[in-house]
Amino acid sequence: MNIYNRRKIASKLMCAAAFLCAFLTLVPLISIFGYVFAKGVASINLDFFIHLPRPVGEAGGGMSNAIVGTLILIGLSCLWAIPLGIIGGIFLSEFGNNKLGTTVRFTADVLNGVPSIVIGIFAYTLFVLPMKSFSAISGAFALGIIMIPTIMRTTEEMLRMVPRTLREAALALGISQFRMTVSIVLKTAMPGILTGILLAIARIAGETAPLLFTAFGNRVWHQNLTQPIAALPLQIFAYAISPFDDWRRQAWAGAFVLIVIIFLISFISRFVIGLHYKLPSSR
Amino acid sequence: MKKLLWLIIAVSAVSIMAGTASAAKLLLINGAGATFPYPLYSKWFYEYAKVDETVNFNYQSIGSGGGIRQITAQTVDFGASDGALTDEQLKAAPGELLHIPMTAGAVVITYNLPQVSQSLRFSPDVIADIFLGKIKKWNDPRIAKDNPGVNVPGDNIIVAHRSDGSGTTNIFTDYLSSVSAEWQSRVGKGTSVNWPAGLGGKGNEGVAGLVKQTEGAIGYVELAYAVKNNLPASDIKNKSGNFMVPSIESTTAAINGKMNSMPADFRVSLVNPDGADAYPIAGLTWILVYKNQPDKVKGEKIVKFLRWAITDGQEYSAELLYAPLPEKMVKKIEERIDEIRY
Amino acid sequence: MKIKFVDMAFKKATTIAALSVVALICLLVYSMALRSMPAIQKFGWHFLFTGTWDPVKEVFGALPFIYGTVVSSALALLIAVPVSIGIAVYLAELAPSYIKQPLSFLIELLAAIPSVVYGLWGIFALAPFLRGSIQPFLSKYFGFLPLFQGEFYGVGMLTAGIILSIMIIPTISSISREVFLAVPFTQREAALALGSTRWETIRLAVLGYARPGVLGAVILGLGRALGETMAVTMVIGNRPEISASLFAPSYTMASVIANEFTEATSNLYLSALIEVGLILFFVTLIVNIIARALVWRVSNKVKGELRE
Repeated sequence: MNIYNRRKIASKLMCAAAFLCAFLTLVPLISIFGYVFAKGVASINLDFFIHLPRPVGEAGGGMSNAIVGTLILIGLSCLWAIPLGIIGGIFLSEFGNNKLGTTVRFTADVLNGVPSIVIGIFAYTLFVLPMKSFSAISGAFALGIIMIPTIMRTTEEMLRMVPRTLREAALALGISQFRMTVSIVLKTAMPGILTGILLAIARIAGETAPLLFTAFGNRVWHQNLTQPIAALPLQIFAYAISPFDDWRRQAWAGAFVLIVIIFLISFISRFVIGLHYKLPSSR
Repeated sequence: MKKLLWLIIAVSAVSIMAGTASAAKLLLINGAGATFPYPLYSKWFYEYAKVDETVNFNYQSIGSGGGIRQITAQTVDFGASDGALTDEQLKAAPGELLHIPMTAGAVVITYNLPQVSQSLRFSPDVIADIFLGKIKKWNDPRIAKDNPGVNVPGDNIIVAHRSDGSGTTNIFTDYLSSVSAEWQSRVGKGTSVNWPAGLGGKGNEGVAGLVKQTEGAIGYVELAYAVKNNLPASDIKNKSGNFMVPSIESTTAAINGKMNSMPADFRVSLVNPDGADAYPIAGLTWILVYKNQPDKVKGEKIVKFLRWAITDGQEYSAELLYAPLPEKMVKKIEERIDEIRY
Repeated sequence: MKIKFVDMAFKKATTIAALSVVALICLLVYSMALRSMPAIQKFGWHFLFTGTWDPVKEVFGALPFIYGTVVSSALALLIAVPVSIGIAVYLAELAPSYIKQPLSFLIELLAAIPSVVYGLWGIFALAPFLRGSIQPFLSKYFGFLPLFQGEFYGVGMLTAGIILSIMIIPTISSISREVFLAVPFTQREAALALGSTRWETIRLAVLGYARPGVLGAVILGLGRALGETMAVTMVIGNRPEISASLFAPSYTMASVIANEFTEATSNLYLSALIEVGLILFFVTLIVNIIARALVWRVSNKVKGELRE
């Protein structure tokens, strides 16, 4: 056959290969979701949400403390990471067009790429050793560090997207840069920033490694925030590598709950806020 | 959008408040360590919560190595280990650490061979060579010698061992060192050794999990883990030449074999004891507490729990196949507990 | 005048917030370096080349973990790179619009799954599947290669490599896709004008132009694979040994820290583990810097072109 036909066939083959790659990737996705949903839903019952873990081998235990623990850890992390991240992001967009800004941006990128287990070691040396106890606080510190780069970058990007005209109009009216940034620019960029925050939360909800030696896990209710606390990913890990059938069942149920939480957060951030955000700019 | 921001702030604040409010009004005592006695301990903590409703025990089964580490660093209130601390480790602790024996269990050799219906038997040298990686197949003639007439498949033997610091490993390698000179020189004993072969699992749970998931696997776990997972526990030839079934009786016989030579600090190994009925790979497991408790309230609660565990708690041992401690020993242990100051 | 004060305070406050991030990283490196001092002093550079990890005899060497990390990540890249580029090409160039949105959404979903859930699936779905179907096949037909010799258990280097590849595909493909979309149309038009087929257009105009960006995406994916902890710990077999076979169990830097940190019984042991963490930190740091530089180069290249 002539060269042109060969080239045509080669083209069709390669395009088919690309198509195949895309759909091949769906296989593990469907498998994972299939397993989590099938095995998880089968093991979900009221016990799971209400009860504490029961002794080894006895049925009827649950992960109530782990679910609450995860929510508490997320709350604590947000408390310190969101303000720091947003204010840092404001710096980058308003005052960051210089060497200092570049350094900070670079550092935030570095922090983003640090493996979460290394962040766990850091939190251990900074909090667990001096406090002589594993705690929710050390866990929240580790998770917060993971959140900060994402929030900072998103804040910077969203603030930069606010048109200059808006800022200039505000300044022309005589208000301070502070008021302008916070009340006008930040407000306009809020939907985008919230998206970034929610995505950061979705990311830390599933983090296990940094909690292994900070929050440490708890088989019962925590006493206060300076004591070990249970968390959903930690419990899933402990149960997954165990041999007990009842625990393995619960691990799937826990994975199911975790995935539902993460997807709920991602869904809210993408569609609900995304929808809101589109309306003003389309005018 | 302001609403959503306020929502997030509200959620954070609520979860903090929930954190402090839902927190048990009870005192929380944290412990960590051995996975070996974990089935028994978890039952104890559950039952003890009914006895004393003012305290909750949180025990993380991270392995004896972890127990020793965490109690030395004082990041937990008590530790648990089935590997007794060495003199160096005792020196490294900031205060005097006491070993309080809680129960005794058997380390069993478990395996995954669905085709084999009866319990396999092993001689000490065979076990050592399997774990050294020298015996590689299930149908090796040396295994067949101990198990005449049993149809064993020709599969490869897949060794499963602990990847974490383990008292169970300590007991098992102590046994292997005493029955195999090659093991003693090549590997030695300890809570964490350089295994010549096999896959690593985390905790007794991990090894049991590996054996359960992998056909042809062999591993060492505490008896309760084998039973609770319907895994077989093999018969091991003891010093007197009898193949012993791991059970409460054979474990108790092992303890009795050592009663006369029991040191005052209870740091004794039960492996390879004298006694025709003794199971050769048994071990005591201890709770590690400081003689001088740093916290008065917690110290009092811990002492109360220890006294309960040594006496009333022993009723729960039999159901989980741990050997209750003999009366003579309990008396001595109570005297020890009385030494704890808080 | 009040405004001036307020603005100055505002600027100071934001600067402090930004600098605290820098302070965090510095503190991280400092505290880890401090705590690994005992191990650094005892083993020096040999730590990187010693193949023994013996807590009993207190001989620690990071070589098995470095090997495990590098090989599992390399394997992951081997599988993930062609597949990711295929996906990016498909989504950027070939897919009809009604498929683009849902498909890219689905692939993004893969990125949202937590590591521990991947591990859970790995233990109970992937490992048995590999043990029952793929590994016997590989052993039978390719067993002459040292890569596929020896015992297979379902868990091991191969499983870890496969799971890692699934985890980094969304990263590499989404960045590659953005890079492809950034290639100016003029390039594609020029190729078409010369009479290229669809695939040739892509190969000449898009892939060639976007190569540094794709390389950056790949290296970013590598960075992610190097630091991945939970999924790998659950399927790699946890054995600090260097073996040529992909069936063998292995151990990565992140996994050994996860498994042994809470129980390192001696100060030297703990310090050796923290040193492993330090090595991991620097390796991922270098990889991420290279990646950022490459991606940045492409975006600058495009901006440069547009200015013409």
